[in-house]
Amino acid sequence: MADFSLWVIVSNLLLAARWTIALSLIAFVCGGVVGLLLLFARISGVRLLERFVFLYVEFFQGTPLLMQMFMLFFGVALFGVEISPWMAASLALTLWTSAFLTEIWRGCVKSVPLGQWDAADSLGFNFVDLMRYVILPQALRISVPPTVGFLVQVVKGTALASIIGFVELTRAGTMINNATFRPFLVYTIVGLIYFALCFPLSLLAKSLERRLNAAR
Amino acid sequence: MPLVSIVDVRKSFGSNEVLKGVSLPVERGDVVAIVGRSGSGKSTLLRCINGLESHDSGTITVDGLEVGGAATDMRVLRRQVGMIFQQFNLFPHLTALGNVMLAPRIVLKMGEREARDIALDMLAKVGLADKRDNYPSQLSGGQQQRVAIARALAMRPMALLCDEITSALDPELINEVLRVVETLASEGMTLMLVTHEMRFARDVGTKLVFMHQGRVHEEGPPKALFAAPQTLELQQFIGASRA
Repeated sequence: MADFSLWVIVSNLLLAARWTIALSLIAFVCGGVVGLLLLFARISGVRLLERFVFLYVEFFQGTPLLMQMFMLFFGVALFGVEISPWMAASLALTLWTSAFLTEIWRGCVKSVPLGQWDAADSLGFNFVDLMRYVILPQALRISVPPTVGFLVQVVKGTALASIIGFVELTRAGTMINNATFRPFLVYTIVGLIYFALCFPLSLLAKSLERRLNAAR
Repeated sequence: MPLVSIVDVRKSFGSNEVLKGVSLPVERGDVVAIVGRSGSGKSTLLRCINGLESHDSGTITVDGLEVGGAATDMRVLRRQVGMIFQQFNLFPHLTALGNVMLAPRIVLKMGEREARDIALDMLAKVGLADKRDNYPSQLSGGQQQRVAIARALAMRPMALLCDEITSALDPELINEVLRVVETLASEGMTLMLVTHEMRFARDVGTKLVFMHQGRVHEEGPPKALFAAPQTLELQQFIGASRA
């Protein structure tokens, strides 16, 4: 059996970490866009839309992400449609992220004082302009820290994609462990790489929170 | 025809009937001071006029447009009726100038220059031209309220609704706001003010409306009513506010 040097292990894990980052970015960008659309639906005042988004959010918050990935990966295959682990993972993470972001952002919109809505309404703003020029700029400030904080959850959530066979950091760790039989070393490095990805995000969230509070 | 016509308006919040059939005509140039104890329905009445609250029955028309009517675009109606609030409700993320400019730019779709000129005029009118680049958090309560007045005026409204606009102010800041309102009144602006400033209601108002338990209990020329209130409730109210 070939001998794996530490460098070989680390470099392979780092290469795999690219896919963790890619998956996180996809989940965050696509989940953010979907989440924003759902947010508008959630606060549109149209009962049916609001109800739908409420159920959507409850479903994705109330079931494990892993199960959502299974349902997409195996469920879609039942209908005779081939879906790659890559697609299934991206899709599941996007839906999952959008549900959480919608709920986080809804809280931020609701925390803008009612007087702001009154003021904009009494000046004759329509709903879209009211959101765009009055409510969202204020909600955005409030939302930055929790949103960045949630990104940490997304990064860690990508690890579940390993179970449906997508080769990202965790999956690569498992494969290397199978070849090296050095689980403690391998998973320690895997953990450190996750930490190196998430810790700066946590720091960013904290510093943003401090800066946005100071600006008020 | 009155500019604002309120006929037999009722409004309930759940089982609590706040307005029990209020009727009130407001002519152009009227300065209507609405007084009464808290819970008498004054603020609700004001908020029904521009549709921030919807009334349950009766009719309200503003310049011939029926509030909440099927044929009425409420956004058009609201452009004609300015509102000023107890808590100012300035947009905290915009400067004083930005606050005043926003609605002309976005709602009236004016060009940047035109909106800016109007906004600067209005800020000058309320005596705050030099504060145009300040954010609301950098202004005193009285200054914030004056910016809010400028913001409402920039829409060139036919009438202004003032909902206890001095109640959140420190006593020494009340007069600077009242002076602005007095100027507007003298220029012929139609004003409806819910207020606790009895002296202001008497001296500047052309009409006093005393609300009690969801009804217009007594109304008339302010000076006459203050001198000789007809009902016991108004006597008590005036007595209590003098004390």
